[in-house]
Amino acid sequence: MMAALTIAMVMQRNLFSVVVLSGVYSFLMATVLVALDAVDVAMTEASVGAGISTVLLLGALYLCGGEEAKPLRRPFVPFAVAIVIVAALVYGTFGLPAFSDPQAPFHTHVVPRYLNDGPKETGVPNVVTAVLASYRGFDTLGEVVVVFTAGIGVIALLRTPRRRRGKEKRE
Amino acid sequence: MTFAGHYTYWMTVVLMVGGLYIVIARGNLVKKLIGLAIFQTSVYLLYIAPGKLIGGTAPIVSEAFKVYSNPLPHVLILTAIVVGVATLALGLAIAVRIREAYGSIEEDEILAVNGSDEDRA
Amino acid sequence: MRSEVVLRVVGKLLIPFMLLFALYVQFHGDFGPGGGFQAGVITAAALIFYGLIFGLPAARRVAPDWLVESLVALGVAIYLGVGFAGLALGGNFLDYFVLDPNPVEGQHRGIFWVEVGVLVTVTGVMLKIFYMFAGRSRSGGPDQ
Repeated sequence: MMAALTIAMVMQRNLFSVVVLSGVYSFLMATVLVALDAVDVAMTEASVGAGISTVLLLGALYLCGGEEAKPLRRPFVPFAVAIVIVAALVYGTFGLPAFSDPQAPFHTHVVPRYLNDGPKETGVPNVVTAVLASYRGFDTLGEVVVVFTAGIGVIALLRTPRRRRGKEKRE
Repeated sequence: MTFAGHYTYWMTVVLMVGGLYIVIARGNLVKKLIGLAIFQTSVYLLYIAPGKLIGGTAPIVSEAFKVYSNPLPHVLILTAIVVGVATLALGLAIAVRIREAYGSIEEDEILAVNGSDEDRA
Repeated sequence: MRSEVVLRVVGKLLIPFMLLFALYVQFHGDFGPGGGFQAGVITAAALIFYGLIFGLPAARRVAPDWLVESLVALGVAIYLGVGFAGLALGGNFLDYFVLDPNPVEGQHRGIFWVEVGVLVTVTGVMLKIFYMFAGRSRSGGPDQ
């Protein structure tokens, strides 16, 4: 269903419907993530992707206009590039371990330490919160700084300069 | 190399290339940003899908469960989602400013206006 | 006119629950899914919801610009404060176990304050970005 949604989003030219479809896509992705046992990530994806992203896209759409123009040239080259990339990536997935293999190195390298010692050392049963805030606290610091920078960037881009308003008042 | 073993990866590849196609083949700036968001969510799927253990549960330690799914990609992807929305917000702010400066957010029209400016200068 | 009344009533009923749910997600993040980011986004969503129903000037009265901008910086300051507290009390930067004589309690305290810092910054940034996008008119100046 998500593949069908993606193709619909590619073909649609009315941007408002593309934004609504992207909200549906986020909710479907959150459902898939719950099926894969990633409950923290699903909650974040649902609230961020379907909530904040949709609001920001609608705000930008109001300011920018809501129709996409018809492409001038038939997109043969990008389509060929897409097919080549699909072939290369599918060839690459044959080297990956099978789905849900407990002996894959993914599961045996450092994760047993987090699962066994995490609740004992930090007193927090939710291993994701423990790893995020304590074991990998530097990464979370970087992430908070990235969010802060994005806020400052939007303020700097969309601020109205005071000089222009002062000049208009004088004239 | 069974079909069921790799179906998730192939769906991820389809979503990834769908998003990439929107970015490279469409000229509208806002639609390109949406394509970028689709590409990013497919990468989230690529990271989290191998972490799932069939018969396991969410990685919240409790007495009733013995097998847990891998929590490490959850942590990384949580950060990635928030960084993704920050990127989207900044990209949309730039698109709004481009619209005010050039009058349109279609790539062809912007390049035409830019080219005529360069011819005059 | 009737649909506007429905929106206002439903909004007044739902927004306190949304804020309460955000606080629940924040503090229960240790025992279930949740944590700083989700709680921050839900808080911002509750305030954006208020702004969508009652208008942007009403939202600006509830959360004025200076407050939102200071929230953005305050969260990063709280996070760095926890890091420097670890440094001051004898450990490395962002060490939690020195914050309390019992190291597990120290971890608890560190994780709590770090999540509060994340909540504050994420709420401030999401709300500020919404104000910037919604407060701008199509011709490029501020919405009058």
